[in-house]
Amino acid sequence: MHKGKGMKFVGDSRISAERKPNASKDYSEYPGRTEAFWPNFLLKEWLAGSVFLVGFLCLTLAHPSPLEGVADPTDSAYIPLPDWYFLFLYELLKYEFAAGPYIIMGILVLPGIAFGALLLAPFLDNGPGRRPHQRPIAVTMMLLGLASVIWLTYTSAENVNWEERAEANKPIPPTEVEIDTEHPGYAIYENSCMSCHGGSLEGTAGPTLVGIDYTAEEIAQIAVDGIGTMPADQFTGTDEELEQLAEFIVTVNEEAK
Amino acid sequence: MLQKIYDWIDDRVDITPIWRDIADHEVPEHVNPAHHFSAFVYCFGGLTFFVVVIQILSGMFLTMYYVPDIENAWRSVYYLQTEVAHGQIVRGMHHWGASVVIVMLLLHTLRVFFQGAYKKPRELNWMVGVLLFFVMLGLGFTGYLLPWDNKAYFATQVGLEIAEQVPFIGVQLKTLLAGDASIVGAQTLTRFFAIHVFFLPAALFGLLAAHFILIRRQGISGPL
Repeated sequence: MHKGKGMKFVGDSRISAERKPNASKDYSEYPGRTEAFWPNFLLKEWLAGSVFLVGFLCLTLAHPSPLEGVADPTDSAYIPLPDWYFLFLYELLKYEFAAGPYIIMGILVLPGIAFGALLLAPFLDNGPGRRPHQRPIAVTMMLLGLASVIWLTYTSAENVNWEERAEANKPIPPTEVEIDTEHPGYAIYENSCMSCHGGSLEGTAGPTLVGIDYTAEEIAQIAVDGIGTMPADQFTGTDEELEQLAEFIVTVNEEAK
Repeated sequence: MLQKIYDWIDDRVDITPIWRDIADHEVPEHVNPAHHFSAFVYCFGGLTFFVVVIQILSGMFLTMYYVPDIENAWRSVYYLQTEVAHGQIVRGMHHWGASVVIVMLLLHTLRVFFQGAYKKPRELNWMVGVLLFFVMLGLGFTGYLLPWDNKAYFATQVGLEIAEQVPFIGVQLKTLLAGDASIVGAQTLTRFFAIHVFFLPAALFGLLAAHFILIRRQGISGPL
């Protein structure tokens, strides 16, 4: 900082009129093989960042982000599950000493101790030595904490059938399909199918019938023989009615496209 | 030409010292993977910041389509996911970035911890870093609700029930987050949106600035 007499300013501002040289510092006298961040190191960092970005984008492309069906607060059968990095806290609350009357233990005391110790680590581990073997207590505590977090996350995730969950909670396209109640097949649908597949084919006990990929013949066959968990002989009527029913479901699907 | 523009600005703003402070600093040998490959562990912090930048940018683009309202939130996400050009990629980056940032953050924390790099004089920066970790977890928790699908709704409900069981202030805490003592609904969604998009990012930027200023002041911790 220039001080004292003889200072020159730009106009009436406080900016020094003296031009400072805009050149890199000389690091050659620093110990070891010190490098300037700008531009030498930044270029390498940039390359490492690009490789990372490519890997990240491959992950994004290979696994589209999941989206379940729209939130339905009345769905009492839904088993809630937090994002994976909260699973260990969630699993902790299943232990007897951290649940029910001891819930304070699970939600405040144990996480409080763990995260409090993490926050205050420099003051708890205040010896001068930096190498792990010079501070065995701190390192052991961290390893124990890490092991329990990994263990809790693992036990929590292990019992979840992720594919089944994703399959059961697929989003339903939000197209509002006009149901033609005048269609001759609708009355037959009402009698045979509505109790499970819903008034507008949206699905209740059975799956939705909107957006399915079957021909009229296949639909007719499913109505008679059943499929998956759907029992056979759900449809009772003449062959002509069966044809009308299948045709009705196909028309709704065509409209929904 | 460029030099003239630079000089013109420098005359008025005195930009050279600022520019030198930001860009001109040393990279010691022991953190440079070009000299010691094991020094890649020093990249975790920088990569965490890189993912944070991805999160900020992808999040900004997501808000162009997202509607924080219970009628339209899920629909807007579904629309983004299925109709908007590259919408799936942008949402994918934000979704996976949220996980990757936690992983990188964890690796960075473990590197600093096992190297004892938080020891005097770097105690304050460690604490700022742990606060950043908490802010990031808060961003994860609030962001999880926003698509308003089943898993978002029910996970948030469980989270709020846990908050409710905090002694003395539980109900107030839940009301503060959810907008109501018992309903998880329209108010909850707008509150979580505001927390996710305004409050926590503001805290994040402040803490990040403190984190970086402290690193520049103190320099990277020396070799073990």
